[in-house]
Formats: sequence, C-alpha cells, structure tokens
Amino acid sequence: MARTFFPTEKYGTKPATFSLLPFRFMRLNSKELLVNEAGEFLFAPSGTVQDLAEGSVPINSELYLDLKAKHFLYDEASSPLFDLLATKIRTKFDHINGGTKLHIFVVTLRCEHSCDYCQVSRQLTTRGEFDMTPATADRAIEMMMDSPSPAVTLEFQGGEPLLAFDMIQYIVPRAKRLAKERGKLLDVVLCTNLACITDEILSYLRDERIKVSTSLDGPAFLHNRNRPRRGGDSYEKAIEGIQRCREVLGHEGVAALMTTTAASLEHVTEIIDEYVRQDFHSIFLRPISPYGFAIRTRHRTGYEMDKFVEFYKKGLDHILEINRGGYRLAEVYSQILLTKILTPHSTYYVDMQSPAGGAWNVLVYNYDGDVYASDESRMLAEMKDWTFRLGNVHRDSRASVFTGEPALKMFEASCNQALAGCSDCAFQSYCGADPVYHYATQGDMYGHRPTSGFCTRNMSVLKHLFSRIEENDRDVMRIFWSWITGSAPRTEAALCD
Amino acid sequence: MRLTTTGSPSHPFGSVVGILATEDSGRKERAREIRLVAPGEALTASNLAGYRGLLFCNDGPESRSTPLIQRLRESDHLKDGDIVVMEGATGLVRSLYRPRERHHHLFVTERCNSNCLMCSQPPKDRDDIEALTVRNHAIIDLIDQPPSYLTITGGEPTLLGDHLFGLVSHLKAKMPDTEVHILTNGRTFAWPVFTRRFAELDHPNISLGVPLYADIPGVHDYVVQAVGAFDQTIAGLHQAARNGIRVEIRVVLHKQTLPRLLKLAEFIYRNLTFAEHVALMGLEYTGYTPLNIEELWIDPFDYRDQLEAAVEFLAIRNMNVSIYNHQLCVLKPSMWSFAKRSISDWKNAYLPACEGCSALEECGGFFQWAVRKHSAHIHPIEADRVREILNVSA
Repeated sequence: MARTFFPTEKYGTKPATFSLLPFRFMRLNSKELLVNEAGEFLFAPSGTVQDLAEGSVPINSELYLDLKAKHFLYDEASSPLFDLLATKIRTKFDHINGGTKLHIFVVTLRCEHSCDYCQVSRQLTTRGEFDMTPATADRAIEMMMDSPSPAVTLEFQGGEPLLAFDMIQYIVPRAKRLAKERGKLLDVVLCTNLACITDEILSYLRDERIKVSTSLDGPAFLHNRNRPRRGGDSYEKAIEGIQRCREVLGHEGVAALMTTTAASLEHVTEIIDEYVRQDFHSIFLRPISPYGFAIRTRHRTGYEMDKFVEFYKKGLDHILEINRGGYRLAEVYSQILLTKILTPHSTYYVDMQSPAGGAWNVLVYNYDGDVYASDESRMLAEMKDWTFRLGNVHRDSRASVFTGEPALKMFEASCNQALAGCSDCAFQSYCGADPVYHYATQGDMYGHRPTSGFCTRNMSVLKHLFSRIEENDRDVMRIFWSWITGSAPRTEAALCD
Repeated sequence: MRLTTTGSPSHPFGSVVGILATEDSGRKERAREIRLVAPGEALTASNLAGYRGLLFCNDGPESRSTPLIQRLRESDHLKDGDIVVMEGATGLVRSLYRPRERHHHLFVTERCNSNCLMCSQPPKDRDDIEALTVRNHAIIDLIDQPPSYLTITGGEPTLLGDHLFGLVSHLKAKMPDTEVHILTNGRTFAWPVFTRRFAELDHPNISLGVPLYADIPGVHDYVVQAVGAFDQTIAGLHQAARNGIRVEIRVVLHKQTLPRLLKLAEFIYRNLTFAEHVALMGLEYTGYTPLNIEELWIDPFDYRDQLEAAVEFLAIRNMNVSIYNHQLCVLKPSMWSFAKRSISDWKNAYLPACEGCSALEECGGFFQWAVRKHSAHIHPIEADRVREILNVSA
C-alpha cells in the first residue's frame, strides 16, 4: 500500500443519478431558500428546485456537493447517512421529549390593576370565589408531578398572585416535597406586577429561590397608560419593585416582559431604551394577545398584525444598534427563532412549537381547578368559551386530560406538518401551530393561513431574520450568535493587518 | 532532539524495557532499571549485578546473562528516569518516555487502514502489534509519576482490537487521572460492538482525536486514500458520542481541505456538535507530505483569511476551536488567541527569519522538518506590535 497514491477520480465517483431527501423551499430575495427536515437551510440560485426535481443539477458542481453535505439529496456514491439525519431530526424535536414541563397555577383572578389588554382579572380585594382553595392546589400539584418530565416549572399567575400570597406559601413546600419524592427538578417562577411586594415576600422568594417575572411596557407615560391602577403609579411601583428584587434576589432574579398595545406602536425606541435604562439585557417584543378583554377593547388596544411587524423590525434595528454600541441586549423572539434556524438544537418556548405546546409542554391549573391547554385557553374561558378546557383537577387524571374530547380535537390541529398552508411552507421547521390562537381569531382551530395574524407575524419575522442572515454582516451575525449562546459577542479586534 | 542511538549487543537477546539509571541504586530498584555506565566509571561486578540491562559508552565486560549494549554512539541525550528500550537484535537504544517533557506518547502500531496523502508517520504493513503491546504495557508499569497527558498514537490504534482495550484498562488502573488521547481515524468506531466495549472500559479521562477533511465523502476519501472512510468516520463519531465517548475533530489544512473549509466547519457544527474541540492544523513537511507536496501545499499566509473565517464561524457558536502548527507571523492577529503551542518539545525549531522576533515565546515555532518547507512570509514581529495584539485579544 505504502507510497502508492490513487487519483481523486477513484474517490469522487460520479453517480449516475441522485435521490431527493425531504425539503421545503420558498423564493426569497431573488434566491431560493431550501430547508430540510432537520432545519438546515441553503440559499441557492433561482431555478435550483426545478433542477432538483428534474434531476438536472450538475453532479459534482459545488451546488451539488453543498446539497449533498446538507442532506438535501443522496446518491449511490456514498452512504446516505440516514442515521445521522435521524439524529438531527430527533434533536430538533427534543421539546416533545419527556412531557409537560411548564405548569401554570392561577392562584387568584383578583388584581388591583385594570389593564385594557388583560384577559381575566377581577377588581375584588377580599378572598372569595376567584381564589384557589387548598384542596384544588393539592390536586393540581399531584397532576403536575404526574408529568413524566424529569424537570418541571411551576409558574404562579393571576390576577395578581401576590394577593393570594398565602396560597403561594401553601403550594411551594408541598410541590417541593412531592418533587423530591418523585426525583424531579422543580423551578418556581412568580409572575407579578410587583405593586404589592413587601420585604417579607422578598425574603420568602429569596429563601425559596423563586424567580420573578414582571411587566414593564415602556417608559412611565406608556406603562401607566397601558397598565392603569388606582393612583396611576403602576410604573413607579414596578421600577421600585425591580430595584428591591435585585437587592434581595440578585440582578438576574427578576425578568421583565412587555406587551405591545396600539399606544406602544409609535414608541418602540423609547420602550427599548427604557429596558436599557433599567439595566435589562433582554427584551421580548410581544404583540398583544387577541383574547379576553383585549378583544372587547380592540378599538383601544388592538391593531393589525402588519403594524406590529413594522414595530418589530424598527425595534430590532434599534436593538442591533444598541448592541453595536457595546451594550448586550437580546430580543427574545428573534433569539428563539435564530436558535431554531441556526443551531441543531430544539427550543422550549411553548408558543412556537409543533406539536403546539398546549398540554404537551404547558398546562394551566385555574383557580377553580379547571385545566387548560394554555394561558390563552383560560382567557377564552373567561369569555364563556370552554373549548380548551381539558378537564378539572378534581375529576380528572393526567391521562384523562390528555385523552378527553377537547384535547384530542386540539391535538388534531396542533402539528403544522399537517396544516394547510404550513405543510409545504419553507419555514415549517422553525414555526409552530397555534390552534388556540386560530380558534380565537378565526373561529377554527386549523385556521386560514393567508388571513392569520399568527402566520403574518411569523412569516414576516422569519423572512426578516433570513434576510439578515443572507446579508451575513459580520457584526450582526456576531450579535445574533451572542444572543443564541448567551456569551458576550466576539468584538472586532481593533487591529489592521 | 535525539531519541535513538546504537551500540553493539554483547549477546543475542530480545527487547528489554527499563528505566535509565546513571548511578548505583538499591537492589529493589535495579530490577526495573537499565544502568548506563559512563566512560571511566570504575565498577565491580557487584556494582552491576541485578539490573534489567546494561549500557556502556565504552567497552563493557563479557555478559551472557544480563542484556548489555556497549560502545554506544551517543549517550548525552540519555537522562536518569528516561524509559528506554534496548534491542538485542540490532543494538538500538530508543528513548520511549521522558518524564521531564510535556508531551508523552504510546506508539502502538505502524499499521493503518488509511493511507493519508500527508501522513507524517507512513504506515508499514508489518505485524508489530503483539511486540509493541508488550512494550507499551512495560512502559505503563515503569511510569512512576503519572503524566498529565498521554497520547496513544500509531498507525491506527484501533487495529489493536482487544489489545487496545487491554492498554486502556491498564492506564485506567495505573493512572486514572492522566488524560488519555487516542489519535484514531475513527473508522473502527462505526462498529457498534467495538464502540460499546470501548465505552464499557469506563476510563474516566479519555478522548478520541479524529481527523475529518471535508463535509463530503469524495474529498475526505481521496485525502485518506480509502473508499468509504468518510461514511465510517462519521458513523464512528456518532457511535462514540452516543456511548458517551468524548471526541476531538482534527483538520489538516492543505490544498485538498481548504476549498471547503468553511463548509466543513458548518458540517461539524451541525452534525458533530458534540465535538469538545476542533483543531485546525498546519501541514507537517515529513512522512508522505514531500511526496505529495504538489497536491498539498498552500502557503499558510495565503489561506489566512479562510482560516480566520472557519475559526470565527466555530468560535461564535461556542465551539472550542484551536489552531495548531502555525506561526504567529502568518496568522491574522485576531487568530493569535486560538493558536496553541502544540509542537512536541523535541520537534520544535525556529528559522533564521525568526531572529529578532518578539513573539517567539507565544509562537509555536516550527516542526524541525519545516525548516525545509515553510511559508514565504515568515518574519519577525516587533515588541510593540506583539504587546498591542496580546492586549486586544486578552
């Protein structure tokens, strides 16, 4: 063998034909964007898909090799490495591994805010019919721990859950005890407007290692307009609460979320600047949910989705500018989508999954024991529509919740692989299905893609991100990757060669 | 640096492995030692009794029992504590393990199932496995201070089959904290049974260094001169990962591998995300490389942009990436922090063009053989510039 070398032709044997592996495509920026089952993509010259269909891509052209390396096709010259492709697809679907991870406990519907866009809250101050009882809590904890997932997150929502702080104190130790018994990891998150936070509560959160998620809609004028409360001081309360949380829980102990109302649309840069001013390093540009009171107050809070898309694009530019200036600020929705596009990994964001996150990855236990597929589902129920009520903790088991009529109906419309308009969409691997949204906005869980706000938003955002990826600007890509990895961006060394 | 010398065996004997000693030692130690007798040392028979072997710089006494090699051509390189082998058939004395060095190897076979265009250690089709396995077990037995790192290399170590498992088990028992790195083409790991057995050895600190030369089979198979090698290596890497075996990917940069280097980086990220390290390595002008130089040579200066793009691609994805065997003066300054001094102590050298360079300490220098073939752009770097670059990348 030694010292005898064979020419390249012996190894790069030219196959007579090739076979296609599953992929979807779209035209974008006068190219064709091809995406395979594992979410790997390729920008190819216009006409490539037709050449592939006709079997006329020149074998051993660079394009052919690229298509082969990325699992768009295979030929008899080498193994198709199906095992490898299977591993990649399995990795991409890791979010359905294990079972329901997020468990939302609605401990009360009472709230001292009266936000226009809120779906559920009640203006009562005394304990009563809108509070969770210990018996209901016990059953909900049981059902949460019946999830096969080795790690579960318990999230307190409301109303304002701090108005039922005693119920939180009732639930946390019981959930922890049961988690220990079942060998599960348990995370606890509290969603609160922080208006009623006290030192006693803060010490409790610190001792129990409970993370805080709060609302910050922007600067004072906007936040207070979006989130009215008696005294008109929601913003001041939130900011003060954030400071106190940081003092006691540490800087990372509190996160903030914003909701975009019609009033927000003109103020995206001010909203973002407010997040920087408050020293947050991520911001989630979120459209308003078309549920609950938001639908009734549409004339005040609602808007067409393309307005939101403009808001998002302008916001993203501003955020990139802030990052270029050296301040790390991630836009969470982009970060999630970029992770889906650019990495081999799965993401665990329940509102953008296929199968849809409802029940598979999130269950909501309402104050009255009713179990819902998602936070949005129970908001529909507050409007007297119980389509997505999957059961009740007092009458049902995890199994009966998953096999009941409402769940089965919902599951049928939960896979974008099998939805008209999604099944052949190039973005399918990155997108999700949302039967609750489509039911709420279009009266049909399957939905009609051309007029769907969900589709408008995600198509636009994904096209926008893909355009940035195709531009391949070095700074932008470094910033995107810093969001994905959570590392500081590699800075351009100030060196010339 | 010298690793071998020869002399005249006193009588026929096989291979003897022992620890080199230049001074008298106790009876117990002598059983593991080979005594090197310097010129002019006056020694009695009892001074020489009980050693595993004897080396004489000048003429030695008659010996029919203890293996003895006399009239050594060189002996200055032999130091106390070195593990050496004396070959009775040829009079060869080879240093196998030198405790004071940073890089340690167990050389397990010259056989290989690939025949890479740029192999630095061209394979020989000769069954050396049994003999080398015995020698390597002897070395492991004789190492008193376990090193931090130990590389198992060949040839292709997996061709040892059960013998490889035996060596790994021995290392696990003797020096479990030593980080063992096996340089393998990974093809054998495509067999699930082999890989499972390897994993079941459960060595706590072991990893594989596996070369990959392209994201497509044609190029990789041509470089390693073996049809089907790419498919086997990829399957092998996945079997390894599935069994919890840590892997490193090694890419040698040359005319065949550079055109698709960035695409290879993408392939590694997408398909071999589990790789704990990616090493991008300069060509070694030794072994087969001079024979195939036309097919291989690109001046590193001319591919520095491609190298930077690939490193950057992997680094922003949080992949652990390093550059081996490159001189700092032919790398882009942004790449300095990725360049590792990877050249073995005894292999490394500098050129006349390096004189006056202020980055010698940070630079990997050259393989000795690179003196004959190196970038046309080697040049000294001024101290101010070195400081500036190091400050920025710090």
